Amino acid sequence: MAENMSGAANVSQEREITPFERLMIVRNKNRPTIRDYIPLIFTDFFELHGDRFYGDDGAILGGIGRLEGTPVTIIAEVKGRDIYENKASNFAMPHPEGYRKALRLAHQAEKFHRPVICFIDTPGAFCGVEAEKRGQGEAIARSLAEFMTLKTPVISLVLGEGGSGGALALGVCDELAMLENASYSVISPRGFASILWKDPSREEEACGIMRITSHDALSLGICEEIIPEPEGGAHNDPETTAENIAEFLVKTLNKKMAKDIDVLLNERYNKFRKIGEFME
Amino acid sequence: MLEDLFKMVTTRFNGDEKNETKEFRCPRCQNSCGADELQKNMWVCPECGYHARMNARDRIAITCDKGTFKEYDKDMQTANPIDFPGYEEKIGAMQEKTGLTEAVVTGECTIHGEPCIIGVMDSHFMMASMGSVVGEKITRAFERAAEKKLPLILFTASGGARMQEGLVSLMQMAKTSGAAARLSEAGVLYITVLTDPTTGGVTASFASLGDIIIAEPKVLVGFAGRRVIEGTIKQRLPEDFQSAEFLLENGFVDFICERKSMRRTIAHLIRLHRPPVKSSAETSPTEKSSDTSSSESTSKTPKERPASKENDDNTGSSGNASNAGNANSVGKSDSAGKSDRSDKPGKSEGIFGAHKNKPGKGAGKNG
Ligand SMILES: [Zn+2]
Repeated sequence: MAENMSGAANVSQEREITPFERLMIVRNKNRPTIRDYIPLIFTDFFELHGDRFYGDDGAILGGIGRLEGTPVTIIAEVKGRDIYENKASNFAMPHPEGYRKALRLAHQAEKFHRPVICFIDTPGAFCGVEAEKRGQGEAIARSLAEFMTLKTPVISLVLGEGGSGGALALGVCDELAMLENASYSVISPRGFASILWKDPSREEEACGIMRITSHDALSLGICEEIIPEPEGGAHNDPETTAENIAEFLVKTLNKKMAKDIDVLLNERYNKFRKIGEFME
Repeated sequence: MLEDLFKMVTTRFNGDEKNETKEFRCPRCQNSCGADELQKNMWVCPECGYHARMNARDRIAITCDKGTFKEYDKDMQTANPIDFPGYEEKIGAMQEKTGLTEAVVTGECTIHGEPCIIGVMDSHFMMASMGSVVGEKITRAFERAAEKKLPLILFTASGGARMQEGLVSLMQMAKTSGAAARLSEAGVLYITVLTDPTTGGVTASFASLGDIIIAEPKVLVGFAGRRVIEGTIKQRLPEDFQSAEFLLENGFVDFICERKSMRRTIAHLIRLHRPPVKSSAETSPTEKSSDTSSSESTSKTPKERPASKENDDNTGSSGNASNAGNANSVGKSDSAGKSDRSDKPGKSEGIFGAHKNKPGKGAGKNG
């Protein structure tokens, strides 16, 4: 299972893992996806489909389950574990109807006072003709705006790649956690290299300056918690990783659910409101 | 998301940026005209009607009533949140080149006598990409609009998020969209005017959240870069892909408005969203007086239409809206206000118009 990543694991004991090495861990084909985690973290999971306007996007999975007995709404970007799954989930790159499904389920959760848990795992929102026609920009924008005022707790967690606006659409939350090796970035390192140096192959170099790791996000005040992964990455021990995730979710949810909703919404707004560095 | 956007927007829509001071060569029809002629035509190609890019200063000059613009946060400058190599130098060079401190100018003004808050993004400054300063100034504009109960008009243009600020720039999308959501909850009108080019993270945040979304003719508006999409589908996209007209056809803008009619159109829309003044037949005198004293105190009469040079008609788009500017047409402006906000049917504030009948701020907090 750990074939080509065991090298990285050994390395980590001697020195810090580089951002690029972490990206390679995240892209390991055996890295657990949301479909692996759901049965390990939740019980009674029911998948719910469709945006009620256009269709059902396989890149975003939604449903209701229980977290230690408490009903929660689960919304997640779905990476495939093989080519068939990836075809069905479009390599976790959502179309507008995916974000609209997510928002529909979020409002449903709001109505029934269920907390929402979002799992981010996408290279980015899909870039295509149909996505543009159906308003990819509008779909993401509306997600950002409506999650900000959603009157129920929202917890987000980056499982693997957090690619740009497509990730942020599920990232407006009361608290953001990242798996230790996960990344979160404004643009893919490849895209960054191709714009800045006109050379997409300088991906590794881009990783070095973009500050995309969980530790970067923590120090920038964007993520609140790093969830540890087993030596070498989550694929080496999905059960332990799932336990770590569940522990974080239970702890955080208890904290957030105890809050008055107006306080929660103000804190959510201010979590994002304070991000930015400028002089005046 | 940003991939190739910068390159694409410059080559496709701005072929001759260097020559722009002397001669304008239209990136759409390839015809040329003198800079003076272009300026006289409000930077619209005399040949094909392409609405060329304008700098923020010129846009403010042709939009706001003379001498009314008061700038907010004039000196706000970016720091270097992710210690990006060479970023300060780049910003310094852009400031020198454009005379701007950052890619957006915000402030307060009147338009045909209507007080409002305005923000203008300037694509000459790092393709008006959104970093900390753009995010903060836009957010403050939203917050001030909510606080002062003044309509907000944003002229958008952007290559997307500013990658030199990394994740911090991505978060500006959430910050601005959150502020837009709050303004919406406060029941204040927000109009976006999409100008050339509005793309990436700005399209995917506040630019798409206007109560009313206007686009200038033939401008580029989209989320993903054209070349990225062409790379994926392995074929050329039609010329009008991601144009204002494409957006209209697909249902993502309310209407397309020519630049020469923009001022008038915005003023009309603002008047249509005034809190209705109830006639004495419908409402008690006490209610009436509290209504006028609360939010109408700034403008003396609801009907003021200063003489203006570009007093032409906005053909087609807003029909006979000019009549509705008059406070007598209570029924009309009331229903317009409600239907405009009907994009939020699920909210507990359900009847958005309701707070208009009450004085002060109470209703906004109900939810
Ligand atoms: Zn032309």
